[in-house]
Amino acid sequence: MNVKLTVNGEAYERDVVEDRTLLRFIREDLGLTGTKDGCGAGECGACTVYMNGKTVNSCMVLAVEADGAVIETIEGEAADGMLSKLQEAFDRNHAVQCGFCTPGMLMSAKELIHNHPKPTVEQIKEGLEGNLCRCTGYQQIIEAVLDATGQLTGKEGLEHAGK
Amino acid sequence: MQGSSDSTRFTHIGKSALRSEAIEKLTGSAMYVSDMVLPGMLYAQVKRSPHARARIKHIDISKAAALTGVRAVLTGAELNYRLGLYIVDKNILAKGEVRHYGEAVAAVAADTLEIARKAVDLIDVEYEVLDPVLSHMDALKEGAPLVHPDLGTYDCVKATFTPVPGTNIANLSKTRKGDVEKGFDESAWIIEREYDNPSVQHVPMETHVAIAQWGKNDNVTVWSSAQSPFTVRNLFCYAFKLPLNKVRVLVPHVGGGFGGKAGIHLEPLVACLSRKAGGRPVKLQASREEEFSLLPCRSALTYRIKTGVSAEGKILAQRMWMYWDAGAYADYAVNVTRASGYSAAGPYEIPNAWVDAYTVYTNKPYGTAYRGFGHVEFHWGVERHMDLVARSIGMDPLEFRLKNALRPGSVSLTGEKITDHTGDALTCIREVAKAINYGKLTEEEKERERRTGRRIGKGVAALHKAPAMPPYTATAAVIKMNSDGTVIANVGLMEIGQGSTTAIAQIVAERLGFRLDQVKVTVEKDTDRDPYDWQTVASKGLFITGNACILACEDLLKKAYELAAQVLCASPEDLSHDADRVYVTHDPSETVTWAKLSVGYSYPEGRSIGGPLIGVGQYIAQGLSNLDKETGQGNPALNWTYGAHGIIVEVDGVTGEYKVLKVASAFDVGKVINPGMIRGQAIGGMIQGLGTAMCEGYIYDKQGHLLNTSFTDNKIPTAKDLPEEIETIVVETPQLDGPYGARGIGEHSMISVAPALGNAIQAAVGADLTHMPMRFEDVWRAMQNKEPIDNWITKRPVGSCRSDPAARRHGPDTTIAP
Repeated sequence: MNVKLTVNGEAYERDVVEDRTLLRFIREDLGLTGTKDGCGAGECGACTVYMNGKTVNSCMVLAVEADGAVIETIEGEAADGMLSKLQEAFDRNHAVQCGFCTPGMLMSAKELIHNHPKPTVEQIKEGLEGNLCRCTGYQQIIEAVLDATGQLTGKEGLEHAGK
Repeated sequence: MQGSSDSTRFTHIGKSALRSEAIEKLTGSAMYVSDMVLPGMLYAQVKRSPHARARIKHIDISKAAALTGVRAVLTGAELNYRLGLYIVDKNILAKGEVRHYGEAVAAVAADTLEIARKAVDLIDVEYEVLDPVLSHMDALKEGAPLVHPDLGTYDCVKATFTPVPGTNIANLSKTRKGDVEKGFDESAWIIEREYDNPSVQHVPMETHVAIAQWGKNDNVTVWSSAQSPFTVRNLFCYAFKLPLNKVRVLVPHVGGGFGGKAGIHLEPLVACLSRKAGGRPVKLQASREEEFSLLPCRSALTYRIKTGVSAEGKILAQRMWMYWDAGAYADYAVNVTRASGYSAAGPYEIPNAWVDAYTVYTNKPYGTAYRGFGHVEFHWGVERHMDLVARSIGMDPLEFRLKNALRPGSVSLTGEKITDHTGDALTCIREVAKAINYGKLTEEEKERERRTGRRIGKGVAALHKAPAMPPYTATAAVIKMNSDGTVIANVGLMEIGQGSTTAIAQIVAERLGFRLDQVKVTVEKDTDRDPYDWQTVASKGLFITGNACILACEDLLKKAYELAAQVLCASPEDLSHDADRVYVTHDPSETVTWAKLSVGYSYPEGRSIGGPLIGVGQYIAQGLSNLDKETGQGNPALNWTYGAHGIIVEVDGVTGEYKVLKVASAFDVGKVINPGMIRGQAIGGMIQGLGTAMCEGYIYDKQGHLLNTSFTDNKIPTAKDLPEEIETIVVETPQLDGPYGARGIGEHSMISVAPALGNAIQAAVGADLTHMPMRFEDVWRAMQNKEPIDNWITKRPVGSCRSDPAARRHGPDTTIAP
């Protein structure tokens, strides 16, 4: 089937088989490998992308369903080569370790901030619940979102014994 | 070592430098093997065994081979290569018999993934199903089916490991210190109990993946998501009898490892498929389901501890029996057994100790290295046991720990004397106790109890771990200066998310006196071009690679000073440098820039001297020895990192539901290199530890089918599972031979989270837990004094994990003898 869509502002047109997932379409047909495949079953969130203004697990969407859609992936997040405020906050707060969940996590964090410009910690946890991360233990990711929304208390950090 | 830790002023050490490869990861441009596509690349799929133990009667590959687009089909029958880290017991594809559910019996490489999947479905395997041996305790019984009847014929590292042919015992490691029977005779109390852990999954977000190309003249190239490229190369060459310079292993970014990618896994199979397909590159990526059953897991453990204590609460004797469930292959499990054996008592002084640590084969997916390397599992037993012993003799558990903790002058289980520089277990324990207001409830907590009707409890658990590694563990660093005065450091240590690339860059910048942005430590590894490194495991990377880098910096500076001395007509002793130039100390106007020295110095008329500046550093573990096989005495420990966790939990006394309110951790890291990254390691391990404490674990049916191979059925923590509060503390007792005094922390953060939680739950509601994980229903059962649930071999599928009580060998029997 013929699919026309916009990804990160660029128009694409491709013929795809009906059972091609949006994830494989983005990664393999368009070569945008920033979006990751962590489980293929909609459980881990590594493949999260924006589709028509909402995040989806792209492994659970067929490419043909995205016909006419406006898609945003991690590759579109750093505009003109500059990190977004959210990416900078992730960097500053050590919210990245192996980096495999990071693209999906950033997509979910972006939607979270869109919906809650000043999210509470509970709202952040809720908003990122669908994105598994095995490295960070999430805390520094939560702090990055707090930082990106101007809510970091400054108390976060390593403590030295006896100090 | 070099670069003493007491220098008060550091430019880079102790600063939260940002992750050096963060930008690539944040923008999606970091390349992982799972992202790679090579020209002409084929896609592989594996046919897996649906049985835990079966004889392969016949495999019909004709339909698969006839499918258009299939380029290679392989079965075990045509692969006569054996793999193994310490015991060479594994075939690339099962031959004759399958030994665990999910084991690979055939494989296909095809033009597309779709064709490969279809082809695998077309392979017919005829099995004769055999009775599996699933419980490692059953596997020890007389007459149990043998997982490896030919164990006696396998190659193995005999200096270190002791397989017992004719049994399912892959290894027995012994530790003997003092006179344990005499110690028991002198004891006022003897307390004995057994503790269990199930197998769990590492869950790297990037599943195992490898691409291999078997080129002409047996030149093989492998791209793998691996922790230890040199180990992949060595074991690959051992299996195929190839010289090391024929095989090149490349590793780009790795999407998490946690020990699961430490050894050799998919690479040999993919390489054989490539060879059969005429040398086209072949890629195999494990599905998430395969990650649970085709790839290895963490071994289950049954740990029995018998402790003799004086009337004053001093431990006099301890006898320990560890039974590690290797699963079908020995892999790292035998070394987990060895390392756990010599550390088995936790950070406590036991004057008379006796440990028998067994590795037992069963028909289950096999165990491998996992963050903590056995210490997460056995500290569950040790640190629950410490609470039991303390309560049994009427002593506060914290006081009991402090009374028995290792301190300067103590002697370890293997005879190592603890010094002022080893690290400070006592302060770690005290710090977490303070952080959770141990032993009392604050007014706020009392109010919370009144408001919620739930009970609040607090628990502490200590830990120790040394890198589990051979005495000859070595690495090297090559630091090359570019013509603009920037440097590139080549080291074999892999970046798998732990942040070593950044920490190593900080060490190099510090020692060279350079700006951090002048230093690049490469992320991607290439065994043809990078200097040898043993493995990226064991929390030894910062220590050993850090030291090698310091030596390489010194080598580079020495060569640069020799060259600059000629240029400046001065003695090298009279020279100094900064980030931009070398100059004469007493006349800084006499100077030459790094750029001019970097690749050889040219005089104005053109004559040139020197050449590209390259510093080389090599480091090998110092003073370690193999352990005596009968007594376990010797020196296995590069260093010890001590630590502790403290937990506050709120428990519903009726239902057993609980919520973790706070976790505090403290580690004696020697010297903080990067506070932000230490905190990342501390919290990452803490939450991984909480996951295995609260809910994770492999569940099998009675036939040995693994029932929970997805994130729906085998949950790992999400952001919503975080405790309400987290506190991370460091203690800094410099390690004399560590880089700037530092020691490793990567694995330690996962250790003793579970027993701290178990101790806190018991303090809250009295539930006496001896099995992991501690699901709400387990807490409820423990509160009712009901038989604990066997978590890993069930009569029924998921949803009910009740096992046959008669199948359990030991109940939790506590014997207290005055």
